[in-house]
Amino acid sequence: MAHGPATLSDGLGKYISRWVFTTNHKDIGTLYLWFSFAMFILGGAFAMVIRAELFQPGMQLIKPEFFNQMTTMHGLVMVFGAIMPAFVGLANWLIPMMIGAPDMALPRMNNLSFWILPFAFSILVSTLFMEGGGPNFGWTFYAPLSTTYAPDTVNYFIFGVHIMGASSIMGSINIIATVMNMRAPGMTYMKMPLFVWTWVITAFLLVAVMPVLAGAVTMMLMDINFGTSFFDAAGGGDPVLFQHVFWFFGHPEVYIIILPAFGVVSQIIPTFSRKPLFGYSSMVYATAAIAFLSFVVWAHHMFTVGMPIAGELYFMYATMLIAVPTGVKVFNWITTMYKGSLTFETPMLFSIAFVILFTFGGFTGMMLSIAAADMQYHDTYFVVAHFHYVMVAGAVFSGTAAVYYWLPKWCGKMYDETMGKVQFWIAFIGFNIAFMPQHFLGLAGMPRRYADYGLQFADWNMVSSIGAFMYGGAQILFLYNVIRTIGWGKPTDDPKVWEGAEGLEWTVPTPAPYHTFATPPEVK
Amino acid sequence: MSADSKNPLLLAKLVALAAAMFMFAIFVLPPLYDLFCEITGIGGKTDSAYTAVAVEVDRSRDIEVQFVATNNATMPWDFYPVEERVIVHPGEAREVVFYAHNRTSNDMLGQAIPNVLPNNAADYFHKTECFCFNNQPLAAGESAELALVFIVDPDLPASVNTVTLSYTMFDITDRTKVQVSQVQ
Repeated sequence: MAHGPATLSDGLGKYISRWVFTTNHKDIGTLYLWFSFAMFILGGAFAMVIRAELFQPGMQLIKPEFFNQMTTMHGLVMVFGAIMPAFVGLANWLIPMMIGAPDMALPRMNNLSFWILPFAFSILVSTLFMEGGGPNFGWTFYAPLSTTYAPDTVNYFIFGVHIMGASSIMGSINIIATVMNMRAPGMTYMKMPLFVWTWVITAFLLVAVMPVLAGAVTMMLMDINFGTSFFDAAGGGDPVLFQHVFWFFGHPEVYIIILPAFGVVSQIIPTFSRKPLFGYSSMVYATAAIAFLSFVVWAHHMFTVGMPIAGELYFMYATMLIAVPTGVKVFNWITTMYKGSLTFETPMLFSIAFVILFTFGGFTGMMLSIAAADMQYHDTYFVVAHFHYVMVAGAVFSGTAAVYYWLPKWCGKMYDETMGKVQFWIAFIGFNIAFMPQHFLGLAGMPRRYADYGLQFADWNMVSSIGAFMYGGAQILFLYNVIRTIGWGKPTDDPKVWEGAEGLEWTVPTPAPYHTFATPPEVK
Repeated sequence: MSADSKNPLLLAKLVALAAAMFMFAIFVLPPLYDLFCEITGIGGKTDSAYTAVAVEVDRSRDIEVQFVATNNATMPWDFYPVEERVIVHPGEAREVVFYAHNRTSNDMLGQAIPNVLPNNAADYFHKTECFCFNNQPLAAGESAELALVFIVDPDLPASVNTVTLSYTMFDITDRTKVQVSQVQ
């Protein structure tokens, strides 16, 4: 093949050049996915350190200073390194194939947006080996903890965040340009698969709020190094301003993470229900509504900061309003399954678990949105449990489902179904053992982000740690299953792979050729 | 129009959006936040130096003004109000004194940041003279009496009978670059 991708048999140099200089959306998608999985393992290792230390009360394994670095790095690596790049990887692989485009609209920028990421995370992770240690102020890096009281390495952290932000913005611009300009003839907006819809809305959220995060860390940088006082009360600034700026980014960020997950599940559930998605247009409008509302509810993260009662009430009701479009989505998924001829392959299992556990996490979110009750829940393990139900059982479960669902299309080989199901049940049970007890701990008053705890919390913490180790083990099985599939999986050349699958990506041959839709398909 | 010719324009628009949001975060949000706090009185920030205007003293109202002094973080000074509370009539100027003592063997620079509670009283608490308008240098072992002259505005909402003025003393010895004089 004259223009095919270089393989290892062409020599190592050519093979490495292929990946470094690639502008192919499938190659870049693959790079994103592997990178995010590596970060997932790294962030998971940090989590294992945290749960090992919390296995018993008292200090056993690590020093409290290192514990703080572990909680901070776990959050940062998982949010910015694992979940976000995983969905960008899926977008790269799937969006051109789903809308009948030959590639992404801006392929060179696509290459750049991936290849700066490893540098960002090398810079971030290298701080762990520096004098003073890595960032230790929590993934929300509230000032003045992250300015006046931060270790000197905070400047590396800030630089790393800037690069990640640039990467996300470039990736998003590319997705928007691809979807707006590269759709096949006849592929109107309201015919786009829901995964494409959720991603284009997410991309707009990213372009709007990643610069705000960049602004927040830039202000930190100036406070630390150039004597400004954005967040320093001694110079007339206000630390509460930091929280407002951060959460103005941070709340849309949680939807940036979950909206593509909604999209994935909206592709998978119809396939294994053998019915079209129920309420397609209401799904689109609900996604847009959630994205809009995400901009006007940020202060519900800071009810305890001292707000006027009118502010608390506004943010409380606005937050509760988000349950309406989210409820529309959940009911649409359930209705899609209703009277469908269901089968329970691994992607479907993860998707159903997503719907159940994400809804559960949504309900604890409703509890947290009640301003008066939040005074008690704030900064306890109840919050930790809540956001792991939506981040892990939400985003990570749907990412896992997506990999199992599209992996046969990508590499032309079937994964081991039994191993997939075993992995699902270990992950599902382990996840619930790990995080369900954290609700109880939080309601009983255990604060988050501490290396030690009172004896009354000992039992549930031990249970939680055992669950966390189980969940961690399931990911090793996942990695093995994926490698085994790519290496020795049972070959398949059925373009549809799944008999119930619908969409343009299932019309190209399996495995998907290096270049697809060089001539656009006609969409009726 | 083909995708190739549409892409540069869309790219320019989206880059402009991202740049605008960055500018918004740095140049618009902080002033907007300050403005919001000033209008609503949230945050308890007081105005800068007030020029007294002749008003009739409202002897029918007694307002209790309480004083709180706190040291920020590792600030080692002794810092407290000489009188913890005074009763004033709206419209009358009153002088009170805070005591500060640098117990260390180093020359230091402090900056007091005021805060007024309740929030709706912040706009009606005027300071004609205040040590907080400048930073306070204290040599090693030195002590000082820091003066404050204030007037409670007669327009103070009728629901407010007690006003609490708190000062937090920050150690700004190492922060010579800060333009502390601009702070009230």
